Amino acid sequence: MAEASSAHTAASPARRSAHQLDGLVRIAVVIVLIGLVELLCRSGLIQPTTMIAPSAMARHAWEILREGKFDKDIAISLANIGAATVLAVILGFICGLLLHALPGLRSAIEPLLASYYAVPTFIFYPVFIVLFGVGSAPIIAIAVLLAIVTMITATLNGLDRIPRALHKTARVLRLTPWQSAVLVKLPAALPYLFTGVKLVVAYAFIGVIASEFILSGSGIGYAIGYAYNNFENNDMYALMFLVLASVTLVNLLLNALDRRLQARLRR
Amino acid sequence: MKPMREMQTPLLYALLAAGLAVSWQGLYWINGGSALASPGQAVLTLGSMMQTSEFWLHALETGKALLYALLIGLVGGLAAGLLLGVNRMARDVSEPILLNMYAIPKVTLYPLVLLVFGLGLSAKVAFGVMHGIIPIMVFTMNAIRQMRPVLLRAGQSMRLTRRQSLLHIVLPAILPEITAGLRLAFSLTLLGVLIGEMFASQRGLGFLLTNAMNLGDIRTIMAVALLLSVFALACNGGLMWLGRRLSPR
Repeated sequence: MAEASSAHTAASPARRSAHQLDGLVRIAVVIVLIGLVELLCRSGLIQPTTMIAPSAMARHAWEILREGKFDKDIAISLANIGAATVLAVILGFICGLLLHALPGLRSAIEPLLASYYAVPTFIFYPVFIVLFGVGSAPIIAIAVLLAIVTMITATLNGLDRIPRALHKTARVLRLTPWQSAVLVKLPAALPYLFTGVKLVVAYAFIGVIASEFILSGSGIGYAIGYAYNNFENNDMYALMFLVLASVTLVNLLLNALDRRLQARLRR
Repeated sequence: MKPMREMQTPLLYALLAAGLAVSWQGLYWINGGSALASPGQAVLTLGSMMQTSEFWLHALETGKALLYALLIGLVGGLAAGLLLGVNRMARDVSEPILLNMYAIPKVTLYPLVLLVFGLGLSAKVAFGVMHGIIPIMVFTMNAIRQMRPVLLRAGQSMRLTRRQSLLHIVLPAILPEITAGLRLAFSLTLLGVLIGEMFASQRGLGFLLTNAMNLGDIRTIMAVALLLSVFALACNGGLMWLGRRLSPR
């Protein structure tokens, strides 16, 4: 990862134009792939009962948004994703701070963090449903459970990598612990924290939509599952299109911000 | 330093497991016993479930789907990663696309998989592969990027063919990274297979979970969750150990 971002920030003009070329080729590749699927659907090689053409998905998605047919589901999902993101970022940051302050506890917990993602957290969703009942609470809980560890790891990583010189500078300037935390340590760790936030958002999307899909009575994931069970392919594909398009957009945005912050590290 | 750490590790894990069991028991007491099952109850339920042949049919079904999906994901991901990885342009173009695909909630695509493959084993396998193949590709590509160039130059000076240098130089050099990719791919594939079984399936441990959820049978839920967690952690530990063995000293 570090190498990839250093390539982005390298100022040499040759590197930069190669980077731009890569971007153009990437867009071309995506367009060609989508065009290919479109062609297969239009020519009838892929039956409309299996999959509708991407252009039809986009058109129907636009109609859905205009008519407001799924507005309630979309609002619920977005609210859940937002809540899960905020909770995971705050709780993960606090846990990270605590673990960083207590090295003994940290060395005991670290192997747990390393193999945390081996356990398919999702299997605890039924437990949360029994605990919290059907509704938003178990969905948010599972998304937080899925996302929090990346934030803890990112916080620990960020705090570990604050340069020694900055600690010393803070001491030379006689900053209070509070001042040095807010004015020196937080800005220094910020790029790492942001990488954590970026991953938290991705995991929150996955956790919320997957939970809704499997067992829930509302939300985009539920609407997709419902449309599937009722053979409403147009609605189903339009909703899929909306989810994929919005996740991709959010990712592109967060990645662009992430690169900017990473570039600041190397100044 | 190193041998001492290795001696400590099993003890550390035992302490961790004990800590988790104690907090689980604590949670059980706080919740008054009806909403949760205690660790002891979960183990007992699991034990009695394991004596029925029905349980083993479900477990076998999940195991089969997991194994097929992992094999396809590993071979396919390795091949695609090698192909894209040896060319700088192909690698730089495809990597962001792959990372975006990794971050997408793939559940939304499960209906598509069902419509293409029909209900049954093949849909679960395909869904598992979708989860696992991307990390293997990305890790393979990264490993090739970080490979020491001197290795390839040595191959050139020995006039190895492209195939020989792939098989005898690139593959062994990237093996440790691949086990790291496989570790991630393993848990994601398991997740994919289980989600596949939880939605629209009549067999497998995932189905057992949703079924118990609909019946409000918390003991079965926790017994299956416990089994899956222990299984996943054990496989993860095994792959970690393998990665350490394979990495150059």
